[in-house]
Amino acid sequence: MNHQFELPNNYKKWTWGLIGAGAIAVLYGFIMFHPFAPVAHGHGEHETASNATRFWAVMLQNSVFWLLLVNASMFFICVTTMAMGGWQVALRRVPEAISSVVPILGIVTFLVLMGIIWGGRTDIFHWLDAEAVKNDPILNGKKGFLNPTFFTIWSAISIFMWWFLGRKMRSLSLDSDKNGQMDQPTAKKWIFKNTVWASLYCVFFGLSVASTIPWLWLMSIDAHWYSTMYSWYTFASTFVSGMSLVAIYVVYLKNKGKLEYVTEEHLHDVGKFMFAFSVFWTYLWFSQYMLIWYSNQPEETKYFIERIGTAGKSGPYHFLFFLNLILNFLCPLLILMKRGAKRNWTLLVIMGVLIIFGHWIDFYQMVMPGTVKANPKMTLFELGVPMLFIGLIMWGVGKYLSANSLLMKNHPFLKESMIHHT
Amino acid sequence: MAGGIKKFVVGSFDDEAVLFPAVKNVRKAGYKIHDVYTPFPVHGLDHALGLRETSLHTAGFIFAITGTTTALSFMSWVFTKDWPLNIGGKPHFALPAWIPITFELTVLFSAVGMVLTFCYLCQLSPFVKKHHFHARATDDLFVMAVECTDKTNEAELKSFLQNSGAQEINTQVAETGWWIGRYDREQKLYREEKGY
Repeated sequence: MNHQFELPNNYKKWTWGLIGAGAIAVLYGFIMFHPFAPVAHGHGEHETASNATRFWAVMLQNSVFWLLLVNASMFFICVTTMAMGGWQVALRRVPEAISSVVPILGIVTFLVLMGIIWGGRTDIFHWLDAEAVKNDPILNGKKGFLNPTFFTIWSAISIFMWWFLGRKMRSLSLDSDKNGQMDQPTAKKWIFKNTVWASLYCVFFGLSVASTIPWLWLMSIDAHWYSTMYSWYTFASTFVSGMSLVAIYVVYLKNKGKLEYVTEEHLHDVGKFMFAFSVFWTYLWFSQYMLIWYSNQPEETKYFIERIGTAGKSGPYHFLFFLNLILNFLCPLLILMKRGAKRNWTLLVIMGVLIIFGHWIDFYQMVMPGTVKANPKMTLFELGVPMLFIGLIMWGVGKYLSANSLLMKNHPFLKESMIHHT
Repeated sequence: MAGGIKKFVVGSFDDEAVLFPAVKNVRKAGYKIHDVYTPFPVHGLDHALGLRETSLHTAGFIFAITGTTTALSFMSWVFTKDWPLNIGGKPHFALPAWIPITFELTVLFSAVGMVLTFCYLCQLSPFVKKHHFHARATDDLFVMAVECTDKTNEAELKSFLQNSGAQEINTQVAETGWWIGRYDREQKLYREEKGY
């Protein structure tokens, strides 16, 4: 069987269509919203947020979400490699292809972050305001961590390392295609090399995605507030979306008659990841919510009052906040629970799209309340910007899938993957 | 709880690799396999025997939602109707505080319920006895019990099992269900068992 994938015209049409539509949205925002206009001062609770704030908030939400989403698929590869997992080998080129988009989205994200930091967007990150920090004991105490220099250096290092370590994993995989079947000593050495690089990636992933990066990029929007669940919450959100994207691509390639050795058994396991991490996300969501609800400290409850509102007056994000819980918990729990559902291609794709959309909404309600405050908007601009990112992902993934064989034909665990059944 | 007394031809195998083709051939020849007893779970044997998928998980789901309902309804009755308490100024109907308990009770109900259902389906229980076709089925033999219907030619079946690689073959007339009794009161030594 031919393991080479040729991009169908339809795919290319959608890719460029989405990139075009997204680019128009971003350009529109760039020209009409004056993103580099100076920040209007005054921090009233109900002031109307300027369009420039909206521009940066939307760009921040989308770039961080889609970057962490594609980065999660490299985490999936590294974790299964370290666990000596064999079942995923038949479909491994798919998460590899998705992770190859990390440098593209990494650069976009870095540009957005630098625009915010060095453009002095105190409407996004309040801690950028040196004057305010000086008179604020809490922000003053966090100055060692929340400052433009550290932010820039650490963001650059993180994005570079995700790209560098991910590229190492991908090139190890692509190199194995060049030579024939490995004999046992070579295979052992190759697996060991994979394990070493995978563990380096995981350690760095723990230092960045699972801790510091969400603190810097997202949690520092609400600079006075903190939650120890936040980074795990962000990780769970992006990992479950990443697995959903893997499922969507696997089903797409199966429908095109590719990925010969991937059966519903493999898809079942990907579906289990989608189900399990939806529940894991809910666990973190609830832990964060309940502890704050229970202890009822004003400096902590502020975060939820901005979103849900109080008993007397519901907040502007009330609907989104609970929609988030329905899309990302109730739907996956009840629909993906049955074994048959995880083996149903159509249902899995529908759930994949739903989960990705749900977590995009999740990121929306993480970013917006602290930036555009009480007047959130959901216009063609907010819906157009993600199209650019989806288009870029489709472009990068399509390029990788069509340039390389879809099968790691020399992976020592390939047979284990072929006969895999649950 | 009698399943009825029936006649069986029992073949014992000492190798998994012989058992699988034997199961396949016996079924293909049209004989009715009552059950196969193995010392450990054999992967794929249920498919070879043509057993339907277990519905234990459906039972698990029903037990689970029973647990959820029990927890939520009991706590809301206690804290809003029966004995309302002011705890830290929280509302009487304090849903977030109840979620962990609801979760625990959901897990508890489904776990205990599934174990009991499993034991019932396997006819395992204290104070209950079942016929054992071969004592070594718990040790190192794979024991296949083939039911004799009125159309079955016993001698033919025996030679069929012999050709399939069975080590021991015999005929047993046995109760298929379970009955009240205690293994510890009616103990026989292993060497007195048939097949030692």
